[in-house]
Amino acid sequence: MTLTDRTDSGSARGDDGAGVAVSLVDLRRTYGSLNALDGFSLEIAPGEMVVLLGPSGCGKTTALRILAGLDRADAGVVKVGGEDITGVPANKRDMGMVFQAYSLFPHLTVRDNVAFGLRLRGHDRAKRVARCREMLDLVGLSAFEGRYARQLSGGQQQRVALARALAVEPSVLLLDEPLSALDAKVRVQLREEIRRVQLDVGTTTLFVTHDQEEALAVADRVGVMSSGRLDQIAPPTELYERPATRFVAEFVGLSNRLLTEVTAGRAELMGAHLPTLAGSVEEGPGHALVRPESVHLVESGEPNAQVVSVAFLGPFSRVHLRLDAGGQILVAQLASSVADRLAQGTAVRVEIGSDAVLVVPD
Amino acid sequence: MRRSPAWEVTRIVALVLFAVFFFLPLLSMLDFSTRVTGGAGRTIQPWRNLLTDPTISSSIVTSLLLALLTTVLMLALLTPTMIWVRLRVPKAAKLVEYLCLLPLTIPPLVIVVGISNVYAWVTYLFGDSALTLTFAYVVLVLPYAYRSLDGALSSIDVVTLAEAARSLGAGWATAILRVVLPNIWPGVTSAAFVAVALVLGEYTFASLLNFNTLPTVLALLNKSDAAAGVAGALASLVLAAILLVLLSFVGRRNRTSKEA
Repeated sequence: MTLTDRTDSGSARGDDGAGVAVSLVDLRRTYGSLNALDGFSLEIAPGEMVVLLGPSGCGKTTALRILAGLDRADAGVVKVGGEDITGVPANKRDMGMVFQAYSLFPHLTVRDNVAFGLRLRGHDRAKRVARCREMLDLVGLSAFEGRYARQLSGGQQQRVALARALAVEPSVLLLDEPLSALDAKVRVQLREEIRRVQLDVGTTTLFVTHDQEEALAVADRVGVMSSGRLDQIAPPTELYERPATRFVAEFVGLSNRLLTEVTAGRAELMGAHLPTLAGSVEEGPGHALVRPESVHLVESGEPNAQVVSVAFLGPFSRVHLRLDAGGQILVAQLASSVADRLAQGTAVRVEIGSDAVLVVPD
Repeated sequence: MRRSPAWEVTRIVALVLFAVFFFLPLLSMLDFSTRVTGGAGRTIQPWRNLLTDPTISSSIVTSLLLALLTTVLMLALLTPTMIWVRLRVPKAAKLVEYLCLLPLTIPPLVIVVGISNVYAWVTYLFGDSALTLTFAYVVLVLPYAYRSLDGALSSIDVVTLAEAARSLGAGWATAILRVVLPNIWPGVTSAAFVAVALVLGEYTFASLLNFNTLPTVLALLNKSDAAAGVAGALASLVLAAILLVLLSFVGRRNRTSKEA
């Protein structure tokens, strides 16, 4: 099923348990003089996981909180399953949420935390116990059901919070930077687990993060936000390879900025004439944004750059090169086995290997 | 880690010194209140007087009721207000703090003079029962109760916990009663603790507003029958201690209780 198919069919909770469609239309929210959301719109297909990515203060958490009902939009519409829920209070919205801060209720055990929402919905004890076990199995914490939050690690607490949010079978799952308080290794493990669980249960999910690696790793689509607006929303590969704006290109991954001249829709870069992406300068000078992994070293031909430094990053190394023409510094990402052979001052020939580049004005 | 003998000795000496400091006056009170005037032997007559004298027994009841009413009214007013301010109107936090701490900066004597006129209206509306002192005592205990509750609220992330509860389907009342309150319970019992202790020992308000409470009656008794007065003072100390121990048990039980 394609994304478009899913969007078109998402007017209610899917019969196959694939969640519901979510629609945020032209949301506006100001805090004093700060425009947190400035005409923000987003469509999420049933069962899809959309990640909102952006720097601090770009409005991503505000958008999620408005969807959760924990904040009010000054204007705009929130629809879930085709139903307008803009004025519905948070406790009536049927959503599960995992917070950035640890949010397990300290006075309750893991089991009681997971059962909290079920108890409020009036489920009997047998159903609560069964659902708790199912959810704790799902996050691999069945052995911890009698423990309190203070007896769990940060990663375990967030997994229980995920189980608690999913226990009530929410129509939408909201994840507000759930991994940001965790150390690097646990973050990677947990983000994979979140993705696995989300695919298992098929709940429509909105995930907010400022970590681009996290966003690209788990999302069906990533929405990049700046200044309260959505700059681009696309599947991770497309977002990375075909950024629509300068902000997206520079925020997601590293980019070299190379002086270029656009002629008839092609940018001249080190002898190559590359097609330009939509949104580029149409004619004349500009800066081409080139990914480090698109910078290649070639054996043949005259050298056109010198190695300035090599930073070892495990399987890859980041090589800083100074171009002979103009002295501009260029970053290349190479396999460490190749970078190993490069000493400072080595003369090399560099070529750009992109299919297409985004050229932004000076 | 094994501590050195010198440390152990210091510890025991300090403990004994503190025990003597605290218990010697109490033992002296017990000794004085049971001594037969001008002769040898012991008597429990002053203690018996405490139970048989209707003024004393009624003042004990009044003081206990005042402690109860003050604690309940103070908690009923302050706890929801402070939680609500944290959750919904954080901008008002400074104002609430200022208002709650204000009674601390004004001497009780000045407050009494100030509120004596107000009490004419209180008496008019609620009668002249000593229990009307509850209103004044709630003001008196505000600063201390505020500090206890504020400390408890600061020790947890109230906003996130309440939002988590709401996202799971809890209304405001449920979020406060079933999530926030159990997690600030030590602060609530500590506020109750302070309120009980203050009310049982309060003299200025009761005396200047002409109400008979345990402290004012004991002060009078001390002038007419010194032994009974000292017996009453010791009894009120023991009574307060028992109440505080009971309260601390309530707090502890709540902390360790689990939801089934």
